[in-house]
Amino acid sequence: MTINKVNTHIVPIEFEYHAPGSLDEAVALLEKYGEDAKILAGGTDLIPHMKQRKTEPKHIVNIKKIPELACIEETPDGIKIGALAKLRAVELSPQIREKVPMLSEAAGSIGSVQIRNLGTIGGNICNASPSADMATALMALEATVHVYGKDGAKEYPIAEFFQGRSDVSLERGELLTGFTVPYPPEGAGSAFEKVGWTTFDIATVNVAAVLTLKGGKIDHCSIALGACSPAPIKVALAEEILKGKEPTDEVLEEAMEFVAACVEPRKRWRRAPPEYRRRSSQALAMDAVGRAVEQARRHQ
Amino acid sequence: MEIEITINGRKRRFDVEPNKLLLNLVRDELYLTGTKYGCGIGECGACTVHLDGEAVLACMVLAVDADGRSVTTIEGVADGDKLDPVQEAYIEEGAIQCGFCTPGFIMSTKALLKENSDPSEGEIREYLKGNYCRCTGYVNIIKAVQSAAKKMQG
Ligand SMILES: Cc1cc2nc3c(=O)[nH]c(=O)nc-3n(C[C@H](O)[C@H](O)[C@H](O)COP(=O)(O)OP(=O)(O)OC[C@H]3O[C@@H](n4cnc5c(N)ncnc54)[C@H](O)[C@@H]3O)c2cc1C
Ligand code: FES
Ligand code: FES
Repeated sequence: MTINKVNTHIVPIEFEYHAPGSLDEAVALLEKYGEDAKILAGGTDLIPHMKQRKTEPKHIVNIKKIPELACIEETPDGIKIGALAKLRAVELSPQIREKVPMLSEAAGSIGSVQIRNLGTIGGNICNASPSADMATALMALEATVHVYGKDGAKEYPIAEFFQGRSDVSLERGELLTGFTVPYPPEGAGSAFEKVGWTTFDIATVNVAAVLTLKGGKIDHCSIALGACSPAPIKVALAEEILKGKEPTDEVLEEAMEFVAACVEPRKRWRRAPPEYRRRSSQALAMDAVGRAVEQARRHQ
Repeated sequence: MEIEITINGRKRRFDVEPNKLLLNLVRDELYLTGTKYGCGIGECGACTVHLDGEAVLACMVLAVDADGRSVTTIEGVADGDKLDPVQEAYIEEGAIQCGFCTPGFIMSTKALLKENSDPSEGEIREYLKGNYCRCTGYVNIIKAVQSAAKKMQG
């Protein structure tokens, strides 16, 4: 984004503002206005986009008055995180730090304190940005997304949520209400790694890994890669290679070839050329898996 | 739209257009011009204010979204003519040159010291990552935060 390419001093478009107090009211508004409506959560993506007229909604539906959407709580199936939970809350939550520390690590890597005090976990995913850090972390953790619409609540695996660049599987009138992040298996190690132009920049590549060891061999293994294809992906081939093997340097290097092979070059990749992404995805995955292995060893 | 915001401890009512930013409300309607417009896209921190006690960027918040909430700007930090320890420390340590970034830095520093009364240099740098200063080179800012922390511990 070129600073002051347009006037970022004001929001240059006019819209009608709604602040529904319940999910059903929100759904009714979203149903009624369809494409003309945009949900406002933290606004850290939406407001700059509106300033630049990248999106010009006629209706803004602020969902922050809906009370139940900001929860973080432990349930038997995992940690339930409301879509409106602030990135800063995800970073600092004692439950998340204890049960799924990698998610807290990924949240803490986003923007600045001020951005994390505004930005929400739901907004991060609904952007459908291939580089969204929470998206990669939640993919590796195999989270379930919860969606609410006129037919009530439904849920599905997060991998099905991403439909490609800038697109998520929300239908007219639907909104994301939150996630359930299953507890990683006992003794798991996990890590999140990313690289950007600066430490305060969106990721050029990000990687998340969760794994367990059994008798020195990798047992459960989940690796997700972001910013290298239209949506974050699981690197199934690398996971398969690692499972059942001792994490020696040779084994890790072999698996990392498959991480690099997942990079799907786009015609206009402004941030970094494909070769940079291949190499850095490989290196970051090596670091993430390495760190997760060390952690798992300590837990044994 | 009619909204009510507590600004620097005083309840105020406004009639605003929904597209008005909190930044422009405090600057243009209340002439609280300490809060600065730097980049408008969340990167420089010059517009940092506290919203319900948390450091946020006024260039990214709609005024209507602050309805019913409480906002503190740099003008609400001193107690009359008596400066806040953080303000004093910035002056004493030479952490202010042109001063454009200073209100934002002070609001972030206050939020930091509320959470962590004795931050390390690394913690200070990490917390203030979202505030840019083009003059000081940051070294004196770090010193000012450390000195403010000492002052506040008494
Ligand atoms: C300076 C800066 C640095 C940043 N750094 C990073 C970074 O390092 N990593 C990163 O991943 N991101 C980064 N971001 C992007 C952004 O801050 C995050 O993606 C944030 O999580 C977005 O959340 P939000 O609540 O602010 O979203 P909003 O802007 O409110 O919404 C984003 C989009 O999602 C939709 N939406 C929001 N909530 C819902 C919902 N519950 N259901 C359906 N649709 C919804 C909105 O309509 C909108 O289209 C950065 C942004 C800035 C300005
Ligand atoms: S003006 Fe708000 S962050 Fe730069
Ligand atoms: S003192 Fe000039 S920008 Fe910081």
